[in-house]
Amino acid sequence: MGTAGGDAEPVRYQPGDRVQVRVGLPPHHIRTPAYIQGKTGQVETLCGVFPNPESLAYGGSGLPKQPLYRVQFDQTEVWESYHGSAIDQLLIDIYQHWLEPAAD
Amino acid sequence: MRKVHDLGGLPTDQPIDRTEHEMEAWERRVDSLNSILGEKGFKKTDELRRAIESLGPEQYLTLSYYERFTAAYEALLVERGVMTTEEIDRKMSELERERG
Repeated sequence: MGTAGGDAEPVRYQPGDRVQVRVGLPPHHIRTPAYIQGKTGQVETLCGVFPNPESLAYGGSGLPKQPLYRVQFDQTEVWESYHGSAIDQLLIDIYQHWLEPAAD
Repeated sequence: MRKVHDLGGLPTDQPIDRTEHEMEAWERRVDSLNSILGEKGFKKTDELRRAIESLGPEQYLTLSYYERFTAAYEALLVERGVMTTEEIDRKMSELERERG
């Protein structure tokens, strides 16, 4: 697991925090699929602090490292016409720079 | 713009192919090359992902999983100056002649 340090972005969220995924489809490599963008969920855990894959993908250093969170979403929030159980959850790992505090 | 690999949530009429298949010898070699290129410092996983996503819809949608890997290796090795497209094309022609 990566650790925070001088070369890392400070950890901004704690488990339980409500967060919204940023929206954007830039031309470069990203690790945040379109289907989860704009959705609101809850931080489940901090996975660690890792070199930024959006920099590594182009031969960059990956610095500053980015905190990576496992974020939990209601499936009914993710999919407009979700037919499964209302308590179903989706867990997905998202880097901090793709998250902002939820408005609610 | 949503890139070609980013399919989650898009509607489709195509059933998902869940059949298993035994890996062919060339697929195993392509997978081994992935480890070797990584160990030698010629590519990182995120670079491979980026190169695969950058193949363009026509290539991405027609190539198989490990064919995408080989196309991405070529792009990355040429980009790094390890090999040139001419060298790769010359070797491919040689192999085609040898093997008919």
